[in-house]
Amino acid sequence: MFDFLDSGQYDVLGAFWVTVQLTVYSAIGSLVWGTILAAMRVSPVPLMRAFGTAYVNVVRNTPLTVIILAASLGLFQTLGITLAGGGDFEVIGFRLAVLGLVAYHATFVCEALRSGINTVPVGQAEAARAMGLSFLQVLSLVVLPQAFRSVVAPLANVLIALTKNTTVAAAIGVAEAAALMKTMIEYESDAIFLVSAMFAFGFVVLTLPTGMLLGWVSKRVAVKR
Amino acid sequence: MTLRKAGFAAATALVLSLTATACGGDSGAGDDKINIGIKFDQPGLGLKTQDGEYTGFDVDVATYVAKELGYDEKDIVWKQAPSAERENMIANGDVKFIVATYTINDERKQRVDFAGPYFLAHQDLLVRADDDTVRTEDDLNSSEMKLCSVTGSTSAQNVNKKFAPKANLINYGGYSECLTGLENKAVDALTTDDSILAGYAAQEEHQGKFKLAGLNLSDEPYGIGLKKGDTELRKQINDALKKMVDEGAWEEAAKKHFGPADYEYEPAPEITETN
Amino acid sequence: MSNLSVLYDAPGPRAKARNIVYSVVFVVLLALVLWWVLATMADKNQLDRAKWEPFVADSRVWTTYLIPGLLNTLKAAALSIVIALPLGALFGVARLSDHQWVRGPAGAVVEFFRAIPVLLMMFFANAAYAQFTDLPSEVRPLYAVVTGLVLYNASVIAEIVRAGILSLPSGQTDAAKAIGMRKGQTMVYVLLPQAVTAMLPALVSQLVVIVKDTALGGALLNYPELLSQVRLITANYGANTIAAFTVIALLFVLLNYLLTSLASWVEGRIRRGKRSAGAVLHADTNTEMEFDEPHVEAPARKG
Repeated sequence: MFDFLDSGQYDVLGAFWVTVQLTVYSAIGSLVWGTILAAMRVSPVPLMRAFGTAYVNVVRNTPLTVIILAASLGLFQTLGITLAGGGDFEVIGFRLAVLGLVAYHATFVCEALRSGINTVPVGQAEAARAMGLSFLQVLSLVVLPQAFRSVVAPLANVLIALTKNTTVAAAIGVAEAAALMKTMIEYESDAIFLVSAMFAFGFVVLTLPTGMLLGWVSKRVAVKR
Repeated sequence: MTLRKAGFAAATALVLSLTATACGGDSGAGDDKINIGIKFDQPGLGLKTQDGEYTGFDVDVATYVAKELGYDEKDIVWKQAPSAERENMIANGDVKFIVATYTINDERKQRVDFAGPYFLAHQDLLVRADDDTVRTEDDLNSSEMKLCSVTGSTSAQNVNKKFAPKANLINYGGYSECLTGLENKAVDALTTDDSILAGYAAQEEHQGKFKLAGLNLSDEPYGIGLKKGDTELRKQINDALKKMVDEGAWEEAAKKHFGPADYEYEPAPEITETN
Repeated sequence: MSNLSVLYDAPGPRAKARNIVYSVVFVVLLALVLWWVLATMADKNQLDRAKWEPFVADSRVWTTYLIPGLLNTLKAAALSIVIALPLGALFGVARLSDHQWVRGPAGAVVEFFRAIPVLLMMFFANAAYAQFTDLPSEVRPLYAVVTGLVLYNASVIAEIVRAGILSLPSGQTDAAKAIGMRKGQTMVYVLLPQAVTAMLPALVSQLVVIVKDTALGGALLNYPELLSQVRLITANYGANTIAAFTVIALLFVLLNYLLTSLASWVEGRIRRGKRSAGAVLHADTNTEMEFDEPHVEAPARKG
């Protein structure tokens, strides 16, 4: 029953490594793009505010599966975007999956940040403006640093959701954990409990420590008011 | 309070109606109906059209066989048989038999029996009509070659393991995704059975756009899958297939569905699955 | 800082001019991207009439594929929420139990199912049903999708319920104790009814998450929901994949936008209608990201 583990036929650790890579790249991307979106949504330029709102409302209401398939079929197969040159389909698929994950999770980062900005007392921004700081300076020097500290917990939840959502990349053939699990369930049908338990355990290992660690961080950095 | 009660009643009604519809589909066919598994999304072989009708070569073969078994065309209940589900559907008794680009092989024979074969397909490539770069099998095994196939299909495995391990292969959930890439020149060729490719090439919207490369990369004898051990049914189906070929109905169906693609299909194969 | 205009000074004449310049630059950039996308698509024949026409000219696309697909999406979503709701409430209450032997296992179950991707549960359910039950293959994907969604969402709802109950002022429990109610009575007659109203917006938002997740069943398990109709449509209308995807994505956005609006409307109703001690769980705190902290409305901080 356990022989498939020794046979070397399935690279379970390799698949989880792809999951981890997808998570890390997408997390960084989502944080950057989500912060830009949040800045747009509170900016003095009405048009940017409108764009930010529209983007968040549309993307958040689209299934991630559709977004990732659209990245592969629309951007790559139709528009010919490969992101940084050609290369192997597997590499391109990985990059497109990251792009899709970033596009989707950035909206959640943006919304978390916006609620974080709401917790910063008005006096902070007023004082900053009184000193003559511009909008970008108020945001980047005074408001966002405080906002970030108050939204570590929601951001941790986004990160956990992101880790789990990397499985959707299986839809465009990225060889991550869920794709391998599907194959293994098909070919090792006498061991589905074992196979499933193994993959479930893998994700528990990835998500639980993240939650605990960031929970601790969020208490450490919270702004005492 | 009344609001909450009403809400509860509505929720209950919703669950009941949903479970009712969920179970409604599997009440199954009585004695006068026959369930047959086909593909729903394969032009030329088994396709559910926008009118809710079914058309294709597999459908014609299945209809003919059913007729020989004593079922009228209107007594047939068509069931969708996705590739990964075929053995399960037969083992569960969801369908009497399956005619769905079902290649006969030893692995499958451990779980189901086959009648036929009724058609001999080969793995081939579909390329853009103006593309002449692929002439022989050797042209495939290069990292410049961009191929597209369907996740988990035998064609995809053949590419990886047999004749083109170096080729750049992308897998999607369905062939239509590959066609988009082919049309847009993101991939060079779509590879699977020539019968399936011919079905796409023959579509009205695609005429003149794509062509078959004409490589015989493998033999894919299509059989009719049925429950293991049902020798009686197998004999009946084999007799029906023989009659279909002798009467010329086979040729007629093949010409109708594969003709427009300039696809030179093999003549009806000898029936080998007899015991 | 609910009024975000405190982040910048009221624009004077120069700032106004500058904003206009920014706007123009922004519009030009967006227009350039859009123009490039459309030009490339046109170049690759993706804007051909034949590819898009069926969606407006041929009603059969809707009656044969899109509407049945949409109904299947809704069916899976409705079944999931209806089953997950009582299950989730049960676990949520169990996690607040005074008994360690109830609280512990309930907590473990909830944390476990929240930690695994819903897709994994669907794969597992699909394989398990195929192996151990006689479910016909046509309904198995539905069962698998609903099972996965129920397991995951029940655990999320358990957290929403727990947060909802914890968000109630302790005076409610104290008062119930004072008039001699037992623990069970306090929960059933005092806490749960108030918590349910507080949770309503969050629950409706959870529906959005469920609707989005049903698409996984279509893409990877052959459940005939909205997204999976792409394959049937493109098989009949000549590989108009991009067009079919666009239409289906728009349908999803529309459906979920309606649900999100419903959630905010419900939240508004509750907030206006209730002067009592109850709290409101935000509809727009995205519930997909789960509830580690009770998402109680933050004390208003007016400037």
